[in-house]
Amino acid sequence: MNIQEDYAVQMRGITKRFGSFTALAHVDIKIKKGTIHSILGENGAGKTTLMNILYGLLNADEGEIYLNGKKVDIKNPNIAIEHGIGMVHQHFMLVENFTIAQNIILGKEETKGLGVIDIDKANEKILKIIEKYGLEVDPNELIEDVSVGMQQKVEIIKALYRGADILILDEPTAVLTPQEIKELLNIMHKLIQDGKTVIIITHKLNEIKESCSECTILRRGQYIDTVNVCDVNEEDLANKMVGRSVNLVAEKTPAKVGDVAFEIKNLFVKNEKDLYAIKDLSLEIRKGEILGIAGIDGNGQKELVEAITNLKPTEKGKIRINGVEIQNTSPAYVLKNKVATIHEDRQKVGLVLDFTVAENIVLESFKSPEYSKNGIILKDKIINKAKELIKKFDIRPGDSEELAVRGLSGGNQQKVIIAREVENNPDLLIAVQPTRGLDVGAIEFIHKTLISERDKGKAILLISYELDEVMNLSDTLAVIYDGSIVDTFKQGTVDENTIGLLMAGGKVSG
Amino acid sequence: MDNISKILKHKITFILIAIVVGFLVAALVLGLTGYNPLEVYRILFKGMFSKPRYIMNIIIKASPIILTGISVAFALRVGLFNIGVEGQYIVGTIVATVVGILFDFPPLIQFPLILIAGALAGGLYGAIAGYLKAKRGIHEVITGIMFNWIAFYAGNYVVSLERFKDPGTTTTYFINASGFDPVYNWKMSPVGQELLQQNSFLREILGRTSANIGIIIAIIVALLITFILRKTTKGYELRAVGLNKYASGASGINVEKNTMQTLLIAGATAGLSGALSITGVSQRLFELMALENYGFNGLSVALMAGGSPIGSIFAGLLFAGLNYGGGSIQLEIGAPSEIIDILIGTIVFCTALVTVVPLLIEKINKRGGNKKC
Repeated sequence: MNIQEDYAVQMRGITKRFGSFTALAHVDIKIKKGTIHSILGENGAGKTTLMNILYGLLNADEGEIYLNGKKVDIKNPNIAIEHGIGMVHQHFMLVENFTIAQNIILGKEETKGLGVIDIDKANEKILKIIEKYGLEVDPNELIEDVSVGMQQKVEIIKALYRGADILILDEPTAVLTPQEIKELLNIMHKLIQDGKTVIIITHKLNEIKESCSECTILRRGQYIDTVNVCDVNEEDLANKMVGRSVNLVAEKTPAKVGDVAFEIKNLFVKNEKDLYAIKDLSLEIRKGEILGIAGIDGNGQKELVEAITNLKPTEKGKIRINGVEIQNTSPAYVLKNKVATIHEDRQKVGLVLDFTVAENIVLESFKSPEYSKNGIILKDKIINKAKELIKKFDIRPGDSEELAVRGLSGGNQQKVIIAREVENNPDLLIAVQPTRGLDVGAIEFIHKTLISERDKGKAILLISYELDEVMNLSDTLAVIYDGSIVDTFKQGTVDENTIGLLMAGGKVSG
Repeated sequence: MDNISKILKHKITFILIAIVVGFLVAALVLGLTGYNPLEVYRILFKGMFSKPRYIMNIIIKASPIILTGISVAFALRVGLFNIGVEGQYIVGTIVATVVGILFDFPPLIQFPLILIAGALAGGLYGAIAGYLKAKRGIHEVITGIMFNWIAFYAGNYVVSLERFKDPGTTTTYFINASGFDPVYNWKMSPVGQELLQQNSFLREILGRTSANIGIIIAIIVALLITFILRKTTKGYELRAVGLNKYASGASGINVEKNTMQTLLIAGATAGLSGALSITGVSQRLFELMALENYGFNGLSVALMAGGSPIGSIFAGLLFAGLNYGGGSIQLEIGAPSEIIDILIGTIVFCTALVTVVPLLIEKINKRGGNKKC
């Protein structure tokens, strides 16, 4: 490989090991100046590791980095910034109660001398960037008052303010509405028109098709291929990424719905700030139906789940499962009435990480006569059950029943939760962000499981911030905005844009 | 590398290393102040083991702190720091004394009655802190520290009451003899006296000490608590709450109830310890000038034991042994007995690192080939 100057970034033979685990093995990547280049791969493929090396957050064990044809040694992010590299992380690093302008200049303040901040000069510089790239934000607003999409723009401005020519975006669309995604794509195009280089890390195939010119695929730390996006279709990309053929769209037959199994009537719930997070929300789910709730994070989804599972009291309204009212009772009572929940935060609420797989499997049922007798735990029975479920749900490693769940990968941790909840044989299964952060293989498995539970006649409440997921899986689709269901649709009667508009609080005319 | 870190990760290995480090640090201090550490340690161990009576005395001194250690270790498993153990111990001594003086049942009833009363009192005292934590979110360390002083002054108040105060002294009356420890009552009986006359070994370890059944009860409690934690549904619940209260709550486990029950059980263990001190050693309540530290020493014991109830038995014996043997250092060569505090302090400090060091090892392993540290 020749070192050419028209490549903004060339990384050669990058190897990174964590102990005995090789995260990256001799990875090569070339990124052309003034293009949008995407890095595609499953979770754990090494995408973020590779970019963290470029940004100086990690140091490679082997390999070389060239910027514009010149060899560089990026020991830490400060050096990366000096070289004109900026990175927007998946989790934003902003000070909530600072204004946008204050956040942008943080660490690189313009001063009038003697350490007095020259906010006017800074504002001028910021406004120039805003204008140039169409990054519409108000520098005087507080971060805590603006949307996630806005915060992302702030992160981008922050990088540009520091003189970034190469901008790395880690999973930039994960938290955005379809409209916001479009806006982001526009911004990225303006950036490359100005000669900047944009690198995006993603596992969403359709966005790559829309935005990039080239795409590098990584799989388990290995370089697989770099393709021109125009030449391949989404299936090809997915196959390269996973290494086998996958079904991108969950296969399901039309729902055979029964009676109403679960209903919520005029529910009101307050959040920690004592404000109504759920306002007059009603919905019902029939047996054999998946009801998906689409919405942007923070529109009451969390409070809704906490109200149903009784982790939070309700103010007004009724929640009924099979006709039994369960609001303001206890989590134990809800479980007894056959409501099972796959919680959003699997490590905090779903699992006891230091318990073994077997102990986690019986977290809700250890008192049942099946697993204990006269208050004594029947360890053998629990281990046997765990072995059975590990096999049934393909939890890896296959002999992990007595290992702490902490040692399992994210996908396998989620499988432990799903095994436990499905094994409860619930009448209502609540799944909140069930596939967040998981790779394509695990997502496929979880979607299949949800559909097969539906086919067994269970009511399923799916809450996800991934619009694709909700649209794919739901028989009925409800849009939540500001604590209320603003509209519901049968599957196939609505397009993504309408949903996106409703999610953002817009009105659909007609 | 893998094997070494595996051995190092084992808790017991680490506690043993901590003990060695403790001795080395104390040796250094001794050396710097002009004493021969080897000589000091020789005297220390002579003071601990040279006579059977010494060993018995160590066991007697260890019994209460083993129990308070178990109290702390148990609460730690459920994620609570039972610093109120001192107060629970004191409440145990107060109620044991009051019951021992007010009632006079036959020994077969009186002795267990005193122990149960002491344990119950300590348990309820702990449960108040548990209630405040569960229902009002008040941290158990804050309430615990304040409750220690309430117990302290309550004890002195009881000593001052006319019904209990032995005139002309700063103590209560003795509890009724029916409540004395069975070992004591046996050795005072004609049969016991005769046997002690004949057997010089028994005379040495029983006759010349306040030998009591405390150690046996401590071992039983350690085994019982371990059994509860490992084998029962209650223990499973308690461990789950200790490791992750959010997941436990979401799984239908009542976190508040378990918090209260934990401090109830921990308090009862400390209260039992207090009651055994009354029946087995002092047989009456003294007016206190300062906290006696039986509870606080339990904190050290639990930390030395790495939070294990069974480990608390050995840690308690070590703690009591060093303190007991430490007395002879001062007597024989004039080295300050405070050196023992340095020794114990260093051991506790190092064992407290037990939880930190394996993490460090993991981190170093993760860095793998990376030369820089």
